[in-house]
Amino acid sequence: MAAPPLLTMTGMTKRFGGTVALDDASLHVGTGEVHALVGQNGAGKSTLIKILTGYYRKDRGEVNFAGKPFEVASPRAAQDAAISTIYQEINLVPRQSVTENICLGRETRRFGLLDWRAMHDEARALLRRFNLNIDVRRPLGQFSTATQQMIAIARAIGFSARLVIMDEPTSSLDDRETGVLFDVVRQLRSEGLSVIFVSHKLDELYAICERVTIMRDGRTVHSSALSEIGKFDLISTMLGREIVRASGQATAFGAPLVASGSALFSAEGLSDGRQVRQVGFTLRKGEITGFAGLLGAGRTETARLIFGASKPSGGRMMLDGAPFAPRHPADAIAAGIGFCTEDRKIEGIVPEMTVAENMMLALMPKLARAGIVDEARQRDIVAGFIESLGIKCAGPDQKIRELSGGNQQKVLLGRWLALSPRLLILDEPTRGIDVGAKAEIQKLVNRLATEGLAVLMISSELEEVIEGAARVFVLREGHSVAELTPGEVTETAVLQAMAHGAAVAAHV
Amino acid sequence: MSDRGLMAFLGRHGTLAALIVLIALNILITKNFLTLQTLNVNLTQVCTIVIVAVGMTLVIATGGIDLSVGSLMAIAGALAPMIFLGTLFGIETVWFAVTVAVIVALCATTLFGAFNGWLIARFNIQPIVATLVLFIAGRGIAQVMTNGNLQVFKVPEFQIIGLGRVFGIPVQAILMVIIVIAAAWVLRRTVFGRQLLAIGGNDRAAVLAGVPVARVKIAVYAISGFLAGIAGLIVIAINSASDANLVGLGIELDAIAAVAVGGTLLSGGRATVWGTLVGALTIQIVRYTLLANGVPDAAAMVVKAAIIIVAVWLQQRGKRA
Repeated sequence: MAAPPLLTMTGMTKRFGGTVALDDASLHVGTGEVHALVGQNGAGKSTLIKILTGYYRKDRGEVNFAGKPFEVASPRAAQDAAISTIYQEINLVPRQSVTENICLGRETRRFGLLDWRAMHDEARALLRRFNLNIDVRRPLGQFSTATQQMIAIARAIGFSARLVIMDEPTSSLDDRETGVLFDVVRQLRSEGLSVIFVSHKLDELYAICERVTIMRDGRTVHSSALSEIGKFDLISTMLGREIVRASGQATAFGAPLVASGSALFSAEGLSDGRQVRQVGFTLRKGEITGFAGLLGAGRTETARLIFGASKPSGGRMMLDGAPFAPRHPADAIAAGIGFCTEDRKIEGIVPEMTVAENMMLALMPKLARAGIVDEARQRDIVAGFIESLGIKCAGPDQKIRELSGGNQQKVLLGRWLALSPRLLILDEPTRGIDVGAKAEIQKLVNRLATEGLAVLMISSELEEVIEGAARVFVLREGHSVAELTPGEVTETAVLQAMAHGAAVAAHV
Repeated sequence: MSDRGLMAFLGRHGTLAALIVLIALNILITKNFLTLQTLNVNLTQVCTIVIVAVGMTLVIATGGIDLSVGSLMAIAGALAPMIFLGTLFGIETVWFAVTVAVIVALCATTLFGAFNGWLIARFNIQPIVATLVLFIAGRGIAQVMTNGNLQVFKVPEFQIIGLGRVFGIPVQAILMVIIVIAAAWVLRRTVFGRQLLAIGGNDRAAVLAGVPVARVKIAVYAISGFLAGIAGLIVIAINSASDANLVGLGIELDAIAAVAVGGTLLSGGRATVWGTLVGALTIQIVRYTLLANGVPDAAAMVVKAAIIIVAVWLQQRGKRA
């Protein structure tokens, strides 16, 4: 390591109940170094950072900071000990002045009153460090987003920080704001500060970071200079894929189906102005199409556009040869589209309602006569799905919140299947579900496709996409960068596209 | 274990049990409790609260609240006499005038209710703020309409709804029972009822399941306004007078209390109209018991508050068990 170490964490272990969040993980950050920390959801990077900043207590392990053993009991204490954290969302008060925002919670007092002059001076001095010369008495809201972003960073860093942790700082920024942020990072580095940079955007990491630590399943699996590892190897290390891998199925999909069917749905140039920038794809009847990509690549956001749950800012969609522009999920449902969302609890189940009521939520209006629910027909349909989907519950009148995650997911599948859709969008269909139920759901999805349904499957589990989908579109930072046609869908190809994107897209 | 079972039972049926205990207690200690007169006094007093509370139950089921019900009662109460007394325009036959008065008054409060719903659904204003608008302005509108004057009348054709009896039962009690049954049926059996519970239980999931959230919310507040209008007409019919300052004053809190005591989840998603009826009756009987036994009304209020606390506490315990 070229730079003298500022932070060393070794043998870090942390359990939550029965699950191991960190298992002998380590992290070394040099002085004046911008260090990339990467890993999938649940790899342990957040836990590691939260131990460092005092949110959690470690079970085992050693932390040295600036040459001394280090342990803090709260985020506040971490900040006092020169470690600052900047989160994705920046919480400032637009109506208050720049000074008030910067000094919030650490006001200078004199005789019990606020010493405004001292506070203005402090704010001015702090901002000057970031080459920002502005009137600190004006309300924050009058400045551009980029300036506000800088002010937020200045506030977080203060005067004393030696290590700055940035947790996906660019996820809500546009290109220009990201550029501003990078300038700040370079400025910090030139002053000898160290930065831990957590991001899923590879280009950003390679643009700004010197070293990288890759985590997987609670362990540190790789640590080196970023120049020593290519994008492809970085992704495959992160996802835990050995490229030459023993054959054998890891999922229950069976052989991917190749549809002879025609195109049902297509999109081109789709964008939502933020996370989705330029996405095009085609979905076919009787075929499972996969969306692969890292977190933040715009997969879920694209699905929301298809379903009318958010408004596109550009691009065209075609359904069955006709232009399709849903303004509301109800429009998409009427057109025969179903959408199983990524987060069951927040966007799927209605916890206080029964299995039957949850399953019939979308179909109910069609089952009713003069607004009155046809209970008998409803009971037949629900009983049919409980049987065919293998839902384990005490009966249709059990509250859905009492069911396991896998069974809740099946109820939600039933909600859409009851509508006899033409296109079913599944966003992380097996997330947080035990192994047995996972295999059942994968089999079920396969069967549905065999029966002629078009399925769009979004999954962060590479096996699921590779083994389940006949056709894969790879998304990268809001762009669809590659289409892998049946026969081309291999791990290497998917990883290549995730790592390099455009190059592969050019050859397709 | 059986202790937890008991808590769960009380959480679900505690209010009903309390009501039965209270009635038994009254039979023992209160003089002349088991008379038709006592029944009618209590029914008369509780009817308007129940009718308003039924609307409130539906609103709360969607995760909202309606503070404007008292003011809407005042509007209905101010508008109807102006029509059947001929202040606004002359109408020949009394029956026709009364019919027009009732229809116009109820249409007005329904529209005001729909306005509440529109504010909430269209502009995403918090229900407590959106309905605060008419809570304040509604009573003002009623006062402006009547120039702040008391309207006194004696129109038996109209006052049936407040003073009439069918087989000795007050007409408004019959109205109340019909409304409770209808609302319970709507909540249980209709698409609308399911959809409003789904919105209260998880509005994001409801939107993604194609539930017309805006339409359902507007309808729910319109129903609440309609029922407040009925309650307003009953109040003025009982009093033979309409005072825009007093009609429905403070009823929103009584209605919310009845809903809470009745076991409806105040955060939305689970609602029981029957529970609301039982809740309102319980609060009423407690108050009656205390008054009939010489405890002043001010003290009765403290007891009412205590009941609410106990009911909500039991609900929490019942949920956990």
